[in-house]
Amino acid sequence: MKLAGRYVTGGQVAGQVLLLLLVVIWTLPTVGLLVSSLRDKDQLIASGWWSALSSTEIANQGRTGTADDQVETADGYQIAGNLLPEDSPAEIGFWSDNINDITAYEAGQSAPVDDTGAMTVNADGSYSWVSPEPFTLERGERVFYQAFVPPIFTLDNYREVLAAEGIGRAFINTATVAIPATIIPILIAAFCAYAFTWMSFPGRNWLFAIVVGLLVVPLQMSLIPLLRLYNDVGATFGVEAKSYLGIWLAHTGFGLPLAIYLLRNYIGSLPRDLIESAKVDGATHFHIFTRLVMPLSVPALASFAIFQFLWVWNDLLVALVFLSKREDQIVLTSQLRELLGSRGDNWEILTSGAFISMIVPLLVFFALQRYFVRGLTAGSVKG
Amino acid sequence: MASQLIGAVIAIVLGIGFSLFYFAGTNWALDHWLGDRTDAAGEKISKAHRRESIRPWLFIAPALLILGVYLVYPVVETLRLSFFDDTGQGFVGLANYIWAFQDGEFLLAIRNNLLWLIIVPSASTGLGLLIATLADRVPWGTVAKSLIFMPMAISFVGASVIWKFVYDYRGPDAEQIGILNAIVVSLGGDPVHWISLPFWNNFFLMVILIWIQTPFAMVIFSAALRGVPMDTIEAARIDGARPVQIFFKVVLPQIMSTVVVVWTTITIIVLKIFDIVLAMTNGQWNTEVLANLMYDWMFRGGGDFGRGSTIAIVIMVAVIPIMIWNIRRFQKEEGMR
Repeated sequence: MKLAGRYVTGGQVAGQVLLLLLVVIWTLPTVGLLVSSLRDKDQLIASGWWSALSSTEIANQGRTGTADDQVETADGYQIAGNLLPEDSPAEIGFWSDNINDITAYEAGQSAPVDDTGAMTVNADGSYSWVSPEPFTLERGERVFYQAFVPPIFTLDNYREVLAAEGIGRAFINTATVAIPATIIPILIAAFCAYAFTWMSFPGRNWLFAIVVGLLVVPLQMSLIPLLRLYNDVGATFGVEAKSYLGIWLAHTGFGLPLAIYLLRNYIGSLPRDLIESAKVDGATHFHIFTRLVMPLSVPALASFAIFQFLWVWNDLLVALVFLSKREDQIVLTSQLRELLGSRGDNWEILTSGAFISMIVPLLVFFALQRYFVRGLTAGSVKG
Repeated sequence: MASQLIGAVIAIVLGIGFSLFYFAGTNWALDHWLGDRTDAAGEKISKAHRRESIRPWLFIAPALLILGVYLVYPVVETLRLSFFDDTGQGFVGLANYIWAFQDGEFLLAIRNNLLWLIIVPSASTGLGLLIATLADRVPWGTVAKSLIFMPMAISFVGASVIWKFVYDYRGPDAEQIGILNAIVVSLGGDPVHWISLPFWNNFFLMVILIWIQTPFAMVIFSAALRGVPMDTIEAARIDGARPVQIFFKVVLPQIMSTVVVVWTTITIIVLKIFDIVLAMTNGQWNTEVLANLMYDWMFRGGGDFGRGSTIAIVIMVAVIPIMIWNIRRFQKEEGMR
């Protein structure tokens, strides 16, 4: 018995370690993105985000002054100045006048440069180059250095991406798409779901079977006919084929099967006696629906609303087909994808842009996780 | 910008207002025209009967109209267009299908989709089940599940950015800022350009979808595991079964139907996988998949609607068995009601 007991304990420890490992794998990529988006953009490309808290080693170069900058001193001639950019927090560790041997001299060390005198480069970037003879150089001498920069965290990346890279505008556009596209289908689906549950009419069962079938119809099936239809409507009535109204209706259409399915399951689970007694009291279906069923269905409505909102907010394909890529219509996902193509190496832009696109879904998700999970478990079949 | 937001608010108000007006208005009209304002009892009953046979249709008409325009009509129309040329004007018979099955890109997309179909649903289901089971037994399980759940809220494009950063590649002499290459280098290896590594790059893209879908599987399985009766597990334990045996012989058979539902749901998502491939590679380096190829043909060279529709039909054909199975399952459930 004791052996068996120890086995279970050992298994539990192994299980905990495994679970911890899985948690790390699932969170680490997102943490990396968030940390990177807050780092200084020069440090971001110089070292991995996991070393964000330690100093970054950067290699760079500076140029000394020219002969015009020299001053005559008691020992001869001197050119002095600072190699680091102004206000740089960096500290020089090593320096050299040879690009192939960048760590030749330590900071503070004095060494001959260019056969004309000796140079000293200090950790703070200040240098002094002295020579007994007057300097004649017309271009500054290049000095290479390896510097250590203390960690810098900044919101600059966010400022840049919001203003200059169109993410701010895209955020507004996405909200413009997502909010009506979430609200419009709810009422339509709720009436339909009620009729499917509590009213009898010929063909009810096979009509609902069609709705269940439509749940899994791939979006791809709808794209080409609807694109043609929208173009025709646009041409006939002289309006733009790509419009917000168009995408609201498209998202409504694509969201309806799930909405009807979820709500029917929920409304079907309401106690039959409640509906029957209301009927006996002389209430019509319209009144039963608006006064009784709708208020009772709020949890299911919330589940669907969260589901649809996240789906629309995160959608790329529908937006690519039904909206243009103009500034006043491009959505976050689409803008982010454009940045991935055109600014693929500018990680300060990509990380902060991606995080802005994620922030609303993450907030909705953590605030309303309970409803979201209920929606997931109830209707895990969206097409 | 402000006008755009105002436009959205007006759309919400109009949308709700119009819906309310429609439902309230038609119901009022029905009660009015076929009302009880008569003395003859027979007529009263007949009117009430007619009224109540019309009312359901008022309730479902808007939904049916939208479903018809946005889902039913397109399915029929896409099927029709797949037999027509690029403009949708000239009938070409099976030419598009013959083209597809001779086209290298299409066949590559089919191969990749099959790889995705085998690996992603099985990995997500397996990992989801593992996490749900592990989290069920530890005190901090809820926290663990919450953290693992997070990717579900992230868009495919956002996830692509996250993972492109993980896979980032710099030359062998540079400092690696992608964590995967940093690990490889610290273990003494050479950095790898993961995204363009032929064949294996498909798997690196699949990891992204597995990362997003595993939390989904986990949540569903968590709920299912809670539904497994404790006494069946206790009985097995008393009989001396080890935890692994209990899982495979007692728990798993009881949640098998949930496993199937999760598996098919992820299968459908995999069949339509588009965003990740578009954002990561746009089908380059032999990573093409059907949905991306279809999108490509919709706009390539001014758009070839015939070929685009053909590819859509191929995706649809793969979904049909799941659709039929879904409807059967639903009808069986209805029978038990």
